[in-house]
Amino acid sequence: MQLNFPIFPEQASSMAGQVDALYLFLVLITTFFSLLIAILILYFAIKYRRTPGRQAEQIHGSTLLEIVWTVIPLGISMVIFVWGAVIYYHMERPPANPLEIYGVGKQWMWKFQHPGGQREINTLHVPTGRDVKVTLISQDVIHSFFVPAFRVKQDVLPNRYVFTWFKATQPGTYHLFCSQYCGTKHSGMVGQVVVMTPEDYASWLASGKAEGSLASLGEKAFQQYGCTTCHRPDSGARGPNLEGVYGRPIRLTDNRVVLADDNYIRESILEPNAKVVSGFQSIMPTFRGVVSEDEIIAITEYIKHLSPQQANPLNNRSTPTEIRDSEVPNIQQQNKQQNQQQPAQQTPQGKRPANPSGKKP
Amino acid sequence: MSTATAIVKPVMPERHFLNDNYGIRSWLLTKDHKRIAILYLFSITFFFLIGGVFASLIRLHLLTPNGELFEADTYNKLFTMHGVNMVFFFLIPSVPAVLGNFLVPIMVGTKDLAFPKINLLSWYLYMAGGTFSMAAMVSGGVDSGWTFYAPLSSGYLKTHVIMLAVGVIIAGFSSIFTGLNFIVTVHRMRAPGMTWGRLPLFVWSNYAASLIMILGTPVIAITLILLALERGFHIGIFDPKLGGDPVLFQHMFWFYSHPAVYIMILPGMGVISEIVPCFSRKRVFGYSFVAFSSVAIAVFGFVVWAHHMFVAGISVYSALVFSLLSYAVAIPSAVKVFNWTATMYKGSIEMSTPMLYAMAFIGLFTIGGLTGLFLAALGLDIHIHDTYFVIAHFHYVMVGGMVTAYLGGLHFWWPKITGRMYPEAPAKLAALITFIGFNLTFFPQFILGYMGMPRRYWAYPPEFQVLNVLSSAGASVLAVGFLLPLLYFAWSLKYGEVAGNNPWQATGLEWETSSPPPTHNFHEIPIVTKDPYAYGEDAEVTVVH
Amino acid sequence: MSTSQTTTTDHHPALAHQFDSMEQQQEASTFGMWVFLLTELMMFGGLFTAYLIYRLKYYPAFVAGSTSISVSWGFANTLVLIASSFTMAMTVWAAQNGKRKTQVWLLLATMVLGTAFLGVKAKEYYDKWDECHIPGHVIGKGFNAWGGCSATDKSLGNIAEEIRDPKAHGNPNVTEVSAEQTAKRTEIFFSFYFAMTGLHAFHMVIGLGLLAWLTLRARSGEFGPAYYTPIELGGLYWHFVDIVWIFLFPLLYLISRHQHGV
Repeated sequence: MQLNFPIFPEQASSMAGQVDALYLFLVLITTFFSLLIAILILYFAIKYRRTPGRQAEQIHGSTLLEIVWTVIPLGISMVIFVWGAVIYYHMERPPANPLEIYGVGKQWMWKFQHPGGQREINTLHVPTGRDVKVTLISQDVIHSFFVPAFRVKQDVLPNRYVFTWFKATQPGTYHLFCSQYCGTKHSGMVGQVVVMTPEDYASWLASGKAEGSLASLGEKAFQQYGCTTCHRPDSGARGPNLEGVYGRPIRLTDNRVVLADDNYIRESILEPNAKVVSGFQSIMPTFRGVVSEDEIIAITEYIKHLSPQQANPLNNRSTPTEIRDSEVPNIQQQNKQQNQQQPAQQTPQGKRPANPSGKKP
Repeated sequence: MSTATAIVKPVMPERHFLNDNYGIRSWLLTKDHKRIAILYLFSITFFFLIGGVFASLIRLHLLTPNGELFEADTYNKLFTMHGVNMVFFFLIPSVPAVLGNFLVPIMVGTKDLAFPKINLLSWYLYMAGGTFSMAAMVSGGVDSGWTFYAPLSSGYLKTHVIMLAVGVIIAGFSSIFTGLNFIVTVHRMRAPGMTWGRLPLFVWSNYAASLIMILGTPVIAITLILLALERGFHIGIFDPKLGGDPVLFQHMFWFYSHPAVYIMILPGMGVISEIVPCFSRKRVFGYSFVAFSSVAIAVFGFVVWAHHMFVAGISVYSALVFSLLSYAVAIPSAVKVFNWTATMYKGSIEMSTPMLYAMAFIGLFTIGGLTGLFLAALGLDIHIHDTYFVIAHFHYVMVGGMVTAYLGGLHFWWPKITGRMYPEAPAKLAALITFIGFNLTFFPQFILGYMGMPRRYWAYPPEFQVLNVLSSAGASVLAVGFLLPLLYFAWSLKYGEVAGNNPWQATGLEWETSSPPPTHNFHEIPIVTKDPYAYGEDAEVTVVH
Repeated sequence: MSTSQTTTTDHHPALAHQFDSMEQQQEASTFGMWVFLLTELMMFGGLFTAYLIYRLKYYPAFVAGSTSISVSWGFANTLVLIASSFTMAMTVWAAQNGKRKTQVWLLLATMVLGTAFLGVKAKEYYDKWDECHIPGHVIGKGFNAWGGCSATDKSLGNIAEEIRDPKAHGNPNVTEVSAEQTAKRTEIFFSFYFAMTGLHAFHMVIGLGLLAWLTLRARSGEFGPAYYTPIELGGLYWHFVDIVWIFLFPLLYLISRHQHGV
C-alpha cells in the first residue's frame, strides 16, 4: 500500500484547470455552508440547551428571512449553473482543424485508429499542444470513454457516433477508464493515454507499422464491397456520387435536407433505405452484419477525403437554404456548382485518393 | 393531561392494537394500518440486513486493488443486489410504509387509512416482489446493476434479469397502493378542524412523496415491462441492433428513478420536521415554507431526470435545460435546512437520541445536497459522472439523510409504537457510532471520485487503495452502529420503561392517544382547534364527548 | 363534518369502520379510483410516448405495419366497446334507481360485449400468428421479414411483398431492397402493437373479473340508491379501459392509412 497517496487528479489537458477551478469554487461553497449549518446547530444545541426555568422563545417565522435564504442560494446556484454551462459548451464544441482519431469500444476493450492507419488497443498515443477529437462508437453495449487527467468523459453508444475532444498539455501516461457499467469485465476495460511531445509523437507515428492511411484502408474496403459499382461520378450511376458529399447538406427524396456527416454516412451504409438522396432509387442493400465498425470508420474517412473541399461539418456548413434556393435536383450537380464557385478552397494535393474517372469539377 | 401523567408513573393501557388479537392469522390478515406498519417494519429490516451484507462484502472486496476476494461476476452481482435491495426494498418503503403507515391516519385523526384491504394488499405485493428478487438472487444472482441499462441487460447478460425486473415491478405496485391510500386519506379523512394548514409536516411530506409514487412508479413499471419483453422475445425496443434506441431506456428509467429519490428523502425530511420542533420546544420556523417546499420538490423532481444523462449523448440544449432545472430543485431543499436550523434558535433543546439523529441528518443532508450542485454543474459533471463522487453524493443523501431520518423517527415514535422506552445511553452511543462510521465510509469516496475512480469497478489502480481502505474501515464501524439498535430495541420490548401517552411532551394527535394506540386509534375522534407545533402554549386538543 | 356523522346512513351494513358516513366513504372511494386511473394513465402514457417516438423514427415501417392489421375488425371492436360502455353506464343508473334485475342483466350484457371484444382480439392475434407477424423469434413461426413463413405469397402476410404491392400503396419508388428493409422495421411496430393491445386486453380481463364479482353482489341485492359505490367504481374503471382503446384504435389502425388511399 502506498502511504504517500494523492488526493487530487493530475491536470493534463487544457480543460483540466477550468474544471478544477469550478470544483474548488464548489468545494469552498460546500465547506462554507456545511460549516455554517454545523456550527449553528451545535452552537444552538449548547447555548439553548434545556435548563430548568428557561422557556423556549416562540418565533413563528419570518418572510424576510425566507426570501433571503431562497434568493441567496438561487443566486449562487445560477453562478454555478452559468459557470458549468460555459465549460460544458466549450467541451461540446468541436475544435477547428483537430487531429481526428476514431475509437471503437467493445466488451471489453478499446480500439483506436489514427488517420495515418496506425491502430492501437487499450492505448492511445496523442501529442501535446494539439486539439484531438476522438470520434467514438460501440460495437455492443454502452461504454464510456473517461480520461480523468483530461476531465473528459463521453458515453459511447452502439447506434451512433459521439465525440469528445481535448488538448493534452503534459507528456505522461494517464488512465483511460470505461465508466459506464458494461458487463463482467467492466473494470478490465481500462487502458492508458500516452501523451507525447509533438516530436516524440511524430517518431512514434513513423515507427508504427501502418498498412496505409485510414483513408486508403477505406478505399480498399470501398472497392472490396463493390460500392464503386453504383457510387460513380458519371451521370448514369445508380447511386449518388460521393465526391464532395462529406459535410454538405443533402436533399432527400422526401424533400428533407440532412447534413452528410459521419452519422449520416454510417446510417446510409447500415440502413440505406432510411434517408435516400433525392433523385435516386432506394436500391442499396443493407450492409448491417457485413461491414464492421472499423471498416465503416475507414470508409467514412475515405469519403471525407473524396471531398474536393475539406469541409468541417459543423464549422463550415452551407445552410440548407442554399439548397432550397437552388433548383438543382441532383446533389452531384449541386456540388459541382458550389465547387466551381469556390475553386480556391480545394484540399491540399496528395491527400486525395485517385479519382477513378479523373473527372474534376 | 400531560402535566398529570408526567408525575404519575405511566402504565400500559389494558387494550391496544398489539394485544387486541393474537395468533398468526390476526397479523397476516390484519387490516389495521398499525399492524401492517409492523409487518413492513420486519420485512424492510430483513431486506436492509441483506442489502447491508452485500455492502459489507463489497467494501471487504475493495480492500485490495486487484480484485482478490471475489470473481468479477460475483462482484457485479453483489453491487446489483445491494442496489436493488436497498433502493426498491428498503429506501422507498422505509419511512412511508413503516412510519407513514403507522402515523399518517393517527396524525390526521382518523381510524384507519381509506382502504385498509388495499393497504394489506400492498404489503403482500411487496413481499411477492421481494420473493422474486430473492429468487433471482439465490438462483445465481443478477449482474445488471440496479439501473438495468439497455442493451446490456436486455441482450447481453446471461443472468435472471427478467425475474428481478418482475420483482421490482410488483414492488412498484405496492408503493403505488401506499401512495394512493395516503393521498385519499389526507384529502378525505382528516378529523374535524384538521385543516390543510394544520397538517403535521410529516403528513405533508408523505403526501408529496405519494404524488411521486402514483405518478412515477407506473412509468418504471412499463419501462421494465418493455425491457423484459425485449429480453424475453428478442424484439428491438432498446437494442440498436434491431432498430431500438438505448437512450430512450435511460429517459424512461430516470423519469421514475430520479423522482424516486424524492420518494426516499421527502418522508425523511418530514421526520426531521417533527423531531426538531419537539426537542427544541418550539414551533417550526416558517411552517408553510417547509410544507410547500415538499410539494415543490415533488413537482420539480419530475422535470430534472436527464441530469443523469449529461454524458449519455443528449443534445447540448437539453443538457442546459435539465441542468438549470436541477438547480431549481435544490432551492426548496436549502429552504428546509435553513428553517430547521432557525427552529433551534432560542429553543429549549434536549439532546435526546432522536434529536441527535435529526442534527446528524441536517449536517449530512447539507453535504449531500451541496455535492448535488457539483453534479448538476454541466462542465464538472462530465468529469465526476459515474465515479465514486456520485456514490458518495447519493449515500450522503440516502444513508446520511434517509437512513438517519428513519432511525431518528423510529426512536422518536418507538414509545408510541410499542408503549415502551428504548434505553437512552446505548441509543446515543449507536447514533454517535453511526455518524462517525458513516463519514469515514463515504467521505473518502468524494476524493476517490474526483481522482477519477469509476463506480462498479471490481479492481482499481493501486493509488486509490488508501482511500478505499479508509472507506472499508468506516463501513465496519457503520455496521456496528446499525446493528446496535436491533439489540436494544428488542431488549426494550420487555424491559423498557413504560412510556405513557406522551413521553416527549410533544404536540400532535398521535401523542394524544395511548401508547400503543387502541386498534381504532382514538377512543373519541378528536376535534382539532390548534395550529400544529403549538409548543409553549396550551397545546391540548379538545376531545369530543 | 361531525354533524354529518349522525345521519340516517350511519349504520348502513356497507359502511366500513374507518369512515364516518356513507358520503365520506363514497367520496373517498371515488376519489381513490380517480387517483388509481391517474396511475394507469401514466403507465399507458409511457407506452404511448415510446410508440410515438418510434413512429416518428420509422414512419414508413409504421405505415406498413398499420396497413397490415384489419381496420374493419378494429372498428367493429370499437363499436363493441362503446356499446359496453353504454350498458355499463346504464348499470350505474339502474343501481342508483334500485333496479336489481336490470342491473344484473346490464352487467351480463357488458360482460358479453367485453368477451366479444376479447374474442375479436384473439382472432386478430391469430391472424398475426398465421401471417408470421409475431415479433421476435421466440414464439410464433419467426417474424416473416427475418425469414419466418418463407413463402413469398402475399396471402401469408409477407410484409415486404405487401409494401411493394402497387395496388395497396401506389408508391412506385419502393424497390425490393427498400421494401425488405422497411419490412424488418415493422417488427418494432408489431412489438408495440402487441405490447399496447396486450396491456389493454389484460385490463379488459381484470375488468371482466370485476364485473363478474359485481354481478354476484348485484344479484344478492346489495346495491341500491343508498349504496352503489362499487358499481360506480367498476363503471369508472370500465370507461377508462374503453377510453384507452379509443386512443389505441386510431393510433394503431387508422392514422397512417390515408397515405395509401391514392
